[in-house]
Amino acid sequence: MEPEARQTAIGRRVFLGMAAFAATGVVFGTQIQGWLERNVGPVLARDPTGLLALLPIGRFRIYTVTSDLPSRSRAEYRLHVRGLVERETVLTFDELTALPRTRLRRDFQCVTGWRVPDVEWAGVRLSEVLDRAGVKPEAGAVRFVSFDGAYSESLTLAQARRHDVLVAYELQGSPLSSEHGGPARLYVAPMYGYKSCKWLDTIELTAQVEPGYWEHRGYDVDGWVGHSNHRSDDTTS
Amino acid sequence: MTPPAELERFDRVERLAHWTTAVLFGVLLLTGAALYAGPVSTLVGQRELVRMLHVSAGVALPVPLLVGLAGRWGRRLRRDLRELGRLDDDDRRWLRRSTRAGARLAKFNPGQKLNAAFLGSAMVVMLGTGIVLKWFSLFSLDTRTGATFVHDWVALGIWIAVAGHIALALRDSEALRGMRRGFVSARWARTMRPRWYEAETGEPAERLRAPEPAAPAGSS
Repeated sequence: MEPEARQTAIGRRVFLGMAAFAATGVVFGTQIQGWLERNVGPVLARDPTGLLALLPIGRFRIYTVTSDLPSRSRAEYRLHVRGLVERETVLTFDELTALPRTRLRRDFQCVTGWRVPDVEWAGVRLSEVLDRAGVKPEAGAVRFVSFDGAYSESLTLAQARRHDVLVAYELQGSPLSSEHGGPARLYVAPMYGYKSCKWLDTIELTAQVEPGYWEHRGYDVDGWVGHSNHRSDDTTS
Repeated sequence: MTPPAELERFDRVERLAHWTTAVLFGVLLLTGAALYAGPVSTLVGQRELVRMLHVSAGVALPVPLLVGLAGRWGRRLRRDLRELGRLDDDDRRWLRRSTRAGARLAKFNPGQKLNAAFLGSAMVVMLGTGIVLKWFSLFSLDTRTGATFVHDWVALGIWIAVAGHIALALRDSEALRGMRRGFVSARWARTMRPRWYEAETGEPAERLRAPEPAAPAGSS
């Protein structure tokens, strides 16, 4: 048998290279994605063709904790306010949008790393909704529950009264779609996305903060962007 | 002995493994795009169905290849995979533009070898990171962020590799026929894959040019 020609194990090399990339990516993905979102995201947002926007930088990801996207029409929609309030209140979608309207333009930061620059929201300040129901003096916190009851979140009353906390019903100038939490959701501008409860069904005034869905799974209750969850993102509000 | 007009390039097991894997890749690329790209996912609706399809196809992805490799029926597949995994001197000659014309390729060209190595490795990486994304509650936040990052960028690489693979296959109908029907013409094998032709037939690929017959006298 003639001697084998000089051979390179290309298959093994490519596999080891990919494995090294994947391992590095899994371990340092938080830092790399953060760097990309800060430095490349704003550039991609200005690309006139919109093609670069397909890259995995500066994009919303859709997460749900249930297997289905909850869907409810605007006509069916009701926002319940109850708990430690003077008047239990139920708002229809039209009643909600009749309240004073507020716009906010902020970056949206997820605790899993992605960040969408310059997102425009429109809605009603949560404090307006709270004032309509009248908050009892013994209330110290606000709890939010999604349509199906599967997801919940909480804020202290002081956090809930901030001017950059909305019940939002428009995103980027359009009605809030179901996948983004429509017809209406909470939007807590200075905190990570998991605080902004989608498909908002019930606002309940409570004495103390009750940890929500993710907080039972290890996330910080005070989810300030850049100052919680061991992350160091730029603040959003 | 007359050389055969056609050579068997891929046997039934190899073709079955290739095409079922190809269908699964197609399902994964399309459902993945639907889950990832906002407008597409609104259009498709039925997010849960799409997600279920994506996860099922992902779990099934390595199965055809593993089954094809497992038994006695996988001898040719195993042999071809071994060959796909190695670059020889002719491959290196082919990769350099200046020496490409002199390269005498065996069964696969280096592009096919790189494509196979990349897609095979990508399957493992996507399966691993996909498990993190699907069963997220078992993993730390940083691991999930990292797995998302890797899954996204490798997916982009797979899109490019698969698009290139299909485009090149469509440009060479004889090579495509080899994967569709299993056979290629001896002529194709002789010119495109001379060393493979020789190994299969025992004949030299480059025929010695027969001397021109002398023109008969008196003709005009």
